[in-house]
Amino acid sequence: MSLAATSATRWQWKQPSVIPGFGLTFGFAIFYLSLIVLIPLAGVGWRSASLGWAEFWRLALDPRLLAALRTSFWTSFVAAAINAVFGVLVAWVLVRYNFPGRRIVDAAVDLPFALPTAVAGIALTAIYAPNGMLGSFFQPYGIRIAYSPIGIVIALVFISLPFMVRTVQPVMEEISREVEEAAATLGASRFQTVFRVILPGLTPAILTGFALAFGRAVGEYGSVIFIAGNIPYVSEIAPLLIYIRLEEFNYPAATAIGAIMLILAFIVLLTINLIQAWSRRRFGYGI
Amino acid sequence: MDVRIDNVRKEFDRFAALNDVSLDIRSGELIALLGPSGSGKTTLLRLIAGLDFPTSGAIYFGDEEASRKTVQERNIGFVFQHYALFRHMTVAENIGFGLKVRPSATRPPRSEIRRRASELLDLVQLSGLEGRYPSQLSGGQRQRVALARALAIEPRVLLLDEPFGALDAQVRRELRRWLREIHDSTGHTTVFVTHDQEEALELADRVVVMSQGGIEQVGTPDQIYDDPTSPFVYGFIGDSSELPVKVENGQVWLEDRAIGLDASGVSDGEALLYFRPHDIELLDGCGGCVAGTVAASRRVAGMRRVELEVGGSRHRVELELPTEQAAAEKSRIAFRPKRWKLFPIAGRSGAHLPRAA
Repeated sequence: MSLAATSATRWQWKQPSVIPGFGLTFGFAIFYLSLIVLIPLAGVGWRSASLGWAEFWRLALDPRLLAALRTSFWTSFVAAAINAVFGVLVAWVLVRYNFPGRRIVDAAVDLPFALPTAVAGIALTAIYAPNGMLGSFFQPYGIRIAYSPIGIVIALVFISLPFMVRTVQPVMEEISREVEEAAATLGASRFQTVFRVILPGLTPAILTGFALAFGRAVGEYGSVIFIAGNIPYVSEIAPLLIYIRLEEFNYPAATAIGAIMLILAFIVLLTINLIQAWSRRRFGYGI
Repeated sequence: MDVRIDNVRKEFDRFAALNDVSLDIRSGELIALLGPSGSGKTTLLRLIAGLDFPTSGAIYFGDEEASRKTVQERNIGFVFQHYALFRHMTVAENIGFGLKVRPSATRPPRSEIRRRASELLDLVQLSGLEGRYPSQLSGGQRQRVALARALAIEPRVLLLDEPFGALDAQVRRELRRWLREIHDSTGHTTVFVTHDQEEALELADRVVVMSQGGIEQVGTPDQIYDDPTSPFVYGFIGDSSELPVKVENGQVWLEDRAIGLDASGVSDGEALLYFRPHDIELLDGCGGCVAGTVAASRRVAGMRRVELEVGGSRHRVELELPTEQAAAEKSRIAFRPKRWKLFPIAGRSGAHLPRAA
């Protein structure tokens, strides 16, 4: 068996390439990912696996936990969806128009990244509480914003906004004016240009931004606990429930909730990723 | 569709990109806007399209004034240098886009749109690629799709902005010939912008030479090349050599000697003598001619390009000589331009007089 013949037909782990260092960088990437992401996550799985199936299911089907999971995922989804509309609008304004103070607005978008989330939570609570600046307007109509799922959504919209804006912005910048002008010369109205030409081109980027915002929102803890009111079965989020179990020294229950959140989040993100891969093939603009 | 541009001026932030330009484009004509970058040619094209609006002046399509109409209302076809195809649509969807966005009253049925798209793909010789996405096409193919898309709406005027500028030389030549064929078969009034004079001269019925926001000359390729009406056009189109001369008593003088060119009718004063490097006759002796010393000599394809230092001021002129002509450095060559033109130096009196020997 000649070496040349086998190497020509055999599947190769490493493709011949002019860019050296695949082995080194790949090794490091795996090592780093393991250390930072995989080993801690495996720990969660391992701890909850030691519970045994029966015990795991008993903890998983706890009605309070199910309610908390529903609140967490549902509010995160709504928040990400709101950002998919208004975050794109913010990005649009920043990319397309030149106005005094544009740089300041641009910088302000990043504030939710930097601000300690507890500060954000307290500030939002102060404003939206029934006696707060904005909350008092809704109070007479019987609408409670703080201490309800609406408050959670607002906090999550706040903390996940930059993920959407920063994902869509560079892709939007890449769509040239010429494409819009081409649509106009072909007789398309402004409305048609936006909805048939620009937005379809942005779909993969919007989906990526949605996934990031959603992921961030599901894991959010700091800002939500202040505004949510944390009423069990109504406005209690799953991360808070983990914290409560930890304070009760009920570690098995805490890891079980962690594992369930992990699985659900992974399923959601994987689904979004698949849709996104499809739409990228379909629509072309990469991110 | 006739297009008339009437005293159009366009300013960007007080900077005049176009200075009172007037131009008549005849129906069915293929016309080139040619000029260096910054000459205003693209600005003029965008004004015709309605992608920009003139600061003053008017543009007429036929008898109707178009300059206040939006780009959508003008019904023009526009082809961009970088194609500007819709990346998320297939080739067929790109071509059909202009028909699909029409209001339902004038929108053709779906099957009709599909039929027209494949018809146009035949025209641009890309049949069979309906289902491809733009990213799967080469540059030349993309530009053909862009043209088909522009033609799909049956435009009154077809406008192309440096359509072949981003393509390599081979494809460019091929597409040029092909655009001419398409124009001849469809008969659209077509205006294209280019900075490539070869492209303009080869392709266009008439060429509009532009410089610094104004029109220098409008004419057929022959007129533009053989009879430039300004020093700019002489220098910009084709190769040219220039010599500072003096006109006195109907004679052209290079420093202290007459060079045997008849300038009767030209008023006295300093002038620039322009001629083509290949349009000369070589002379043996020199009674009334230009003589100089060879400063450099290069072989270029089928001829020899020689730089000659002329007169006491050692002004350099370029000549094209047959390869069998010896042109060793420091040797002397005497010549006289066969076709030439005098342009009085600005500020001096005297009208220029075109001349051919």
